Amino acid sequence: MKIWIALMLFVIGGALQAGVEIRSFDKAEQEQRFKVLINELRCLVCQNQNLADSDADLAKDLRAQIFEMINAGKSDEEIIAYMVQRYGDFVLYKPPLKSSTLVLWVGPFLLFVIGVIVLMLVIRRQNKQVPDLNEDEHNTAQHLLQENSKDKQS
Amino acid sequence: MRRWQFLLPLGIFVILIILLGVGLTLNPREVPSPFINKPAPEFNLPQLLQAGQQVSPQQFRGRVWILNVWASWCVSCRAEHEVLNRLASKNLVDIIGLNYKDDTDNAITWLKRLGNPYKASVVDQDGRAGIDWGVYGVPETFVIDKQGIIRHKFTGPITEKDVEQTLIPLVKKLNQEAA
Repeated sequence: MKIWIALMLFVIGGALQAGVEIRSFDKAEQEQRFKVLINELRCLVCQNQNLADSDADLAKDLRAQIFEMINAGKSDEEIIAYMVQRYGDFVLYKPPLKSSTLVLWVGPFLLFVIGVIVLMLVIRRQNKQVPDLNEDEHNTAQHLLQENSKDKQS
Repeated sequence: MRRWQFLLPLGIFVILIILLGVGLTLNPREVPSPFINKPAPEFNLPQLLQAGQQVSPQQFRGRVWILNVWASWCVSCRAEHEVLNRLASKNLVDIIGLNYKDDTDNAITWLKRLGNPYKASVVDQDGRAGIDWGVYGVPETFVIDKQGIIRHKFTGPITEKDVEQTLIPLVKKLNQEAA
């Protein structure tokens, strides 16, 4: 048991440690922008992490670069343009809407619409499969139902 | 229609398998470089072996050249090194090394021990030039044409096959273009 607790602390400690460099900003607004930026930009080395989470050397360098650019008074757009110019749209977790990324943006909605259409077709077909009764059959059914309710009452 | 309906799941399954199969053959680490057909970024860095001298891409205007990003700490660079040595011995194209975030002593020892395919290597200690060139996984290799435009990029170690099938034909083609 003790060893498990120790192991857990080790793992959690490691997770907390990653990507924490102490930086001081002049204004709280700058710090906020820094946080948003490093969360929106992807690390090229460990491709499923953003710059905030990644412990890769390149992520450290890029965090330092963003820090410097913010302190130098660059706008968010300028910083993002700087990254895209070097690493392509791939650094963005929110890819821009272009002809090459159209499938990415429209695809899910398209699949949703197809799903709804298929669902409607299936439901309509199931409704149709209930057979229409002719007069005789209808009377028999009515009769059976009535008998059934009489049985219950007695 | 009804009779063939049982084939529908099979069809969907086959399409899925094809998509997954294609996905397996792609290399997710290969991010398309935004630098292709763009001017090579500038740098002005000291040489590794002659610390007094600076090198900048400007000096190679009018020539086809290769920039190879390497480091002595990079394991796959070692595998690539022999390929570069062989390419250099053919005297087809100048290879410039960008020694990326490396310990200079280790880098010099590495070249002494494994051979030096580079016409010159420059020292990028803080990785700033690496960022400007969009480097994210050492080794990387860029082919630059006579006008200073990047025409091709290899991410990861280049192999003998890359050299024979892609690099040498490309260099020959670029050599025929006007400066």
